[in-house]
Amino acid sequence: MNFELTEERQMLQDTLRRFLASDPADIWAQMAGLGIIGALFPEQSGGFGGAGFDLAVVFEEIGRADHDPGLIDNALLPGMLMLAAGRDVEGVISGEVKLGLAHAELAARYDLDWVETRADGDRLTGEKTVVVGAEDANLLIVSARVADGEISLWLVQPDAPGLTLNGYGIAQGGRAAEVSLNDTPAELLMDSALPAIRQAMAAATLAQMAETLGAMETAIELTRDYLGTRKQFGRPIGSFQALAHRFVDLMAELEQARSAVILAAGHLEAEPPVRDLHISAAKNLLGRAGRLVAEETIQMHGGIGMTEEYALGRFAKRITMADHRFGDTDHHLEQFIALTA
Amino acid sequence: MDLNFTAQDDAFRAEVRGFLTETLPDALADKVRRMQPLAKDDYIFWHAKLNARGWLAPDWPKRFGGAEWNAVERHIFEEECALAHAPRVVPFGLAMLGPVLQKFGSEAQQDHWLPRILDGRDWWCQGYSEPGAGSDLAALKTRAVRDGDHYVVTGQKTWTTLGQHANMIFCLVRTDPGAKKQEGISFLLIDMESPGVEVRPITLIDGSAEVNEVWFTDVRVPVENLVGKENEGWTYAKYLLTHERTNIAGVGFSRAGLETVKRIARRAQSRGRPLLENPHFAARVAQVEIDLMAMATTNLRIVSQAAAGQAPGVGSSLLKIKGTQIRQEITDLARRAVGPHAMPFASEALEGSNAPLPDPLDAGAVAGSYFNNRKLSIFGGSNEIQREIYAKHLMRDA
Repeated sequence: MNFELTEERQMLQDTLRRFLASDPADIWAQMAGLGIIGALFPEQSGGFGGAGFDLAVVFEEIGRADHDPGLIDNALLPGMLMLAAGRDVEGVISGEVKLGLAHAELAARYDLDWVETRADGDRLTGEKTVVVGAEDANLLIVSARVADGEISLWLVQPDAPGLTLNGYGIAQGGRAAEVSLNDTPAELLMDSALPAIRQAMAAATLAQMAETLGAMETAIELTRDYLGTRKQFGRPIGSFQALAHRFVDLMAELEQARSAVILAAGHLEAEPPVRDLHISAAKNLLGRAGRLVAEETIQMHGGIGMTEEYALGRFAKRITMADHRFGDTDHHLEQFIALTA
Repeated sequence: MDLNFTAQDDAFRAEVRGFLTETLPDALADKVRRMQPLAKDDYIFWHAKLNARGWLAPDWPKRFGGAEWNAVERHIFEEECALAHAPRVVPFGLAMLGPVLQKFGSEAQQDHWLPRILDGRDWWCQGYSEPGAGSDLAALKTRAVRDGDHYVVTGQKTWTTLGQHANMIFCLVRTDPGAKKQEGISFLLIDMESPGVEVRPITLIDGSAEVNEVWFTDVRVPVENLVGKENEGWTYAKYLLTHERTNIAGVGFSRAGLETVKRIARRAQSRGRPLLENPHFAARVAQVEIDLMAMATTNLRIVSQAAAGQAPGVGSSLLKIKGTQIRQEITDLARRAVGPHAMPFASEALEGSNAPLPDPLDAGAVAGSYFNNRKLSIFGGSNEIQREIYAKHLMRDA
């Protein structure tokens, strides 16, 4: 066993950490230039990564920083579907193309196989909901059911007739949109797409968990600094056992979360039931640990932890809202039970 | 032991319910239900309606224009108001300053200020916390120096809720910097329109614009605005804090919140069935409901021990801890129930309160409400401070 990062991944981590700390402008183009987007995809597709541990390294750093450039929604998730359909992702890797995936629907909640949008010939009709990054996409991938009931994937131009985007801010930062399709022309990307959707979603879920882990690290570091410097009753508040012991509990949860992410990363390329069992285990654990870390780090800061101006609150929001994407704590508990029964 | 409300209590509940049905406009109740920020005029409107009925100050004695209800009546009233999604009554004048003036203020102060609280001429806010004095409130540094028949006040207060609407602020100020920290504090009433007062908004993570910093630079305050005796303000402050804690259990808010959770979870779908029928979600709801049933009775036991108009002493610390745990758990359930649709988010501070967002479950701002209500375990003496108060009481002989 070896829990050390390879030299290449260590370099990737260092590069990304320095880059994100520099508070970069035009972050997307620069990430492409540094090869960060390429690290999300395997060599045969023009990238130089794509393994679970590559995703874990990249997204943990993104989570640690006070930026969310949208790599999951505009590159990783739709990019993997393009690869599954035999298309290339060179434009994505070079930073020229941003993709989007419009899959989720209201009645689906967190289930990946619940699609009511219909494909009639090569025209799509339906309502997709909370599509993160939709407004930034140059090209949308849309899921729909065809006549035989199978879920298929389609390419849709953002300016296609019958397509409307209703965009808004989302609580974790960034934007999403309601995507409405009414007899909208589309190009078939792939048939019987559910296994590919599950695979891409597993990668996206891993990426988001690594991001949450990074955000938890920063929230905990900010809290440790605060406990050491904030004085009340003439002493640093971290010297009060009531807070110090609870802070140690957060450290224990953080290490649990780190191990869960490592386990999930190591099983991303496993057979689907094994892969999904580890993804669900980790997402359930991250949901529980994340809630504790977000709530306790705010509580230990007091009012200052609730202000938009101070970074802690923004990290706490990202950690909390991560539970509203790719299946929440309860959803993945049910998945885990079903997969281990 | 009799767990039933009396016939008189039931009649009172019916009367309150009738009043709410008649007086509370649907649009306003809807705003409260959907957790949207209320405008100043919403509060003023609701205060006026309650005042016209004589119900604005439930615990004030009748001679000051209050309803002088007992603990059970107050409980019924608060619960019915919350279930009807009535706006909360802004507590700073009514629940905090009012009782202090009634107990420690001069007759002239009572005659002048109390009617103005009731009829809305004054909107009060609270000048307690400072950047360096949160849980350790007695560490406050805002100075008041006597200069003839004025005090000259300099310093900074923070977390001043709804201070942007206020024309008056009651403040704890340091009048004797040489004394032990609790002993040099005075209780001053300050006109926010005085030269040298500046209010700066603080945006919170839910996007709300409800708290503020208040800065004082050489603000001149007439000495007749001193409440009680100079340097004895800490006694009054502690009295006020126990009053602040009387409705801290928030039973009515929790009942209303639980109804909201169930309403959302009936509408939200999980594999073609209402989420409320999902066993994991249903178990979470049931556990909170069980806790709330017991806590409502704990609340009644503790408040009915207290004499009318009096704070329930150290028991209020337990109520605050348990009550806020339950309320926060309910805001967490509402957020969970909505699922992916908890993400759409608008900032009141940046975009105003009416930014259009998709809300197919008619849930309102559940994520914002979850984040906003993290404050419940922080303000009014954090839950850590409540545990400290109770532990000191329990271990006083140790």
